[in-house]
Amino acid sequence: MIRIPLLLTVALAAIVTTAAAAGAQTSGKVLFDAHCARCHNVGGTGGEGPNLAVPVLRHAPDDESLAAVMRGGIPNTEMPGNFMLGDAEVTSLVTYVRSLGRVEPGSVPGDAASGKSLFDGKGACAVCHIVDGVGGTVGPDLSSVGVLRGTDYLRESLSDPGASVPEKFVNVRAVTRDGTEVEGVRVNEDSFTVQLRDARGRIHSLEKKTLRAFEKKFGESLMPSYEGQLSPSEIDDVVAFLTDLKGER
Amino acid sequence: MNVVRRHALSAALVLTGILGDAIGVGAQVTYERLVGASSEPANWLTYSGNYASHRFSSLEQVNRDNVASLRPVWVHQTGAGGRLETSPLVVDGVMYITQPPATVAALDVKTGRVLWTWSRPMPASLKTIGFPRTNRGLAILGESVFFGTLDAYIVALDRATGSLRWQARVEDNALGYSITAAPLAIDGKVIVGISGGEAGVRGFLDAYDAVSGERLWRTYTVPGPGEPGHETWEGDSWRTGGGATWLTGSYDPDTNLLIWGTGNPAPDWNGDDRKGDNLYTCALVAIDADSGAIEWHFQFTPHDVHDWDANQIPVLVDEVVDGRARKLVALANRNAFYYLLDRTSGEFLLASEYSKQTWARGIDESGRPLLLPDTTPTEEGNLVWPSLQGATNWFSPSFSPKTGLLYVAVREMGSVYFKTEADYEPGKPFMGGGERALAGDEAAGAIRAIDIMTGETKWNFEQHSPPWAGVLSTGGGLVFAGSGEGNFFALDADSGEALWQFQTGGAVRSNPIAFEIEGKQHIAVAAGLSIFVFGL
Repeated sequence: MIRIPLLLTVALAAIVTTAAAAGAQTSGKVLFDAHCARCHNVGGTGGEGPNLAVPVLRHAPDDESLAAVMRGGIPNTEMPGNFMLGDAEVTSLVTYVRSLGRVEPGSVPGDAASGKSLFDGKGACAVCHIVDGVGGTVGPDLSSVGVLRGTDYLRESLSDPGASVPEKFVNVRAVTRDGTEVEGVRVNEDSFTVQLRDARGRIHSLEKKTLRAFEKKFGESLMPSYEGQLSPSEIDDVVAFLTDLKGER
Repeated sequence: MNVVRRHALSAALVLTGILGDAIGVGAQVTYERLVGASSEPANWLTYSGNYASHRFSSLEQVNRDNVASLRPVWVHQTGAGGRLETSPLVVDGVMYITQPPATVAALDVKTGRVLWTWSRPMPASLKTIGFPRTNRGLAILGESVFFGTLDAYIVALDRATGSLRWQARVEDNALGYSITAAPLAIDGKVIVGISGGEAGVRGFLDAYDAVSGERLWRTYTVPGPGEPGHETWEGDSWRTGGGATWLTGSYDPDTNLLIWGTGNPAPDWNGDDRKGDNLYTCALVAIDADSGAIEWHFQFTPHDVHDWDANQIPVLVDEVVDGRARKLVALANRNAFYYLLDRTSGEFLLASEYSKQTWARGIDESGRPLLLPDTTPTEEGNLVWPSLQGATNWFSPSFSPKTGLLYVAVREMGSVYFKTEADYEPGKPFMGGGERALAGDEAAGAIRAIDIMTGETKWNFEQHSPPWAGVLSTGGGLVFAGSGEGNFFALDADSGEALWQFQTGGAVRSNPIAFEIEGKQHIAVAAGLSIFVFGL
């Protein structure tokens, strides 16, 4: 039996309480890095396992089901259960994993209602983007973009769309054996084939070895820059509108 | 015993008479057959094809001229969950596979129809710390097939019926010990490696009597007090030092040496409390198969802090070096360097960089890496090539004696390495950090042909993403490989030119094999959760 002086015990308790108050997220991150990051990556951005930095987890729509997945795994997948975790640890992990897909909006100076008008009107954004089931399909669905992306990213996407193009929207140009040029976004690719979707939504399945030219335009986007097209305050308004898009219908 | 054996023999003769040549089960898989595995290419008798681990088939019916006509002959959907990484065995008309979490199945090689299955139920408390719930294959000797389980048992099953002959607990799964590797069967013994390097186990290699299941010896890969190499561990860190033996090694029948790779020291990414070289982690050890004594060792990555296990398949070759015939071992290491050693002594002969790396200036004359500064994991993260999964990993390379080339599936990928505190608790993760791997278009893969004697890259076939599938080369001048996107494909062994590909519809995370069905060459590979068999 090790005797700990009462004062020290109180001091230790204080430290523990302070640490707890610092947020379950801190310990959740430590646990996540130890148990989950090997497959899901540090930050939960996905690797061998799926990206967890998304607003809705397919197998865990709420905290209770997320805790169940952590404990029991997902049958018929590579996700193992983890009986080693205690209740407190699962709670911290759930809090941390839930935080991964939510980006703090920070202060958004613009007006969201005005942003919506610009999105549908002057900016013509809906020609290419779906929001809540309505809009075009050339660009990514933006229905949950407010929980996926921060304001800095959204602002950059409007002024410099090529700076960070999502993997499924890399612009690709191919020239087939008969000289036909095909341009579109890369929907899928393997070592031998590539599937493109052109501006009209048509899918082109191409065998790489038959192509005369095949170019992935990293750093380029089909989306035009809105710098100069919209005023700085109008861009603020669109960013405010996008930040409000949480995928809730 | 003799009487019983005679009766068994008579019974077998009678049965053979009844069954005719239906299925050839009954012909003993003797040690002599295993030694000569390369000379009976109709079968695939051991994990890597032969004791030298060439994963080469001399069959040449399928070749450069006709491989474009290769097509699936049958598909067996295992119905298993998880990850199918099995490398099948084919013996006298029967294909044996393992499937997760702990099942062996015997299939009719002509049709894929199931002959028998056997499963060991996994306890709800099963621990697999730091690796997926998978199994990579099995061994065969005499009348038994042998496989290891996730809860760290070694099991012997009757190969004709799947009946349990014996099972033995290798170690305590509650401490994180587990088995995913195929055992290696040699003369009367089954050699078993273990996993658990992310749980702070003390690694070892075991030998079991193939008939009785009795343990014959255990050799720790982390030396205890008084043993050579113990001084390379600080304090008590050796007790939780890792050095798992989690893939199948090679065997040289002439010298009776097992040549086996060892894994990372534990904790993986935080080496603060285990200062020193940490022998024999991230090394090859040569172990006398009778006594279990370590005859020599060669450590590739001293005091590793990137999880660069050296469990990759050691490939044994006999070549002339400077006018002298030598017995060699070649290994494309997870740390991005290719090594050639003398396998009788462990003498270092050469190393070359075969994949992008940013951690070493090179390898010195003794085989020790010359470290670059600021390449260890930090709290903020530190970008280093290769990733913690390495420039290659568990999936097998292949050596073709016809081309003299070692074909390696390469992962061109970097990682941001993080370091955190690591406190050992029995049966819990003991890693001390993690990684954020470069993904998507920032990572790529390749099949690379390396001259086994010079380490020079002869050709390179680019892959869309870093692969998790091994390589098979054949006498028909082909190299078979797979991709994470489901492609199973054939390359020209001389040039790397792609000659054929088939979309399996599921990630290929396994090693291909070749064999014959009624005199015709076939190729098998696991993809998704199914076994595919291809033929002309």
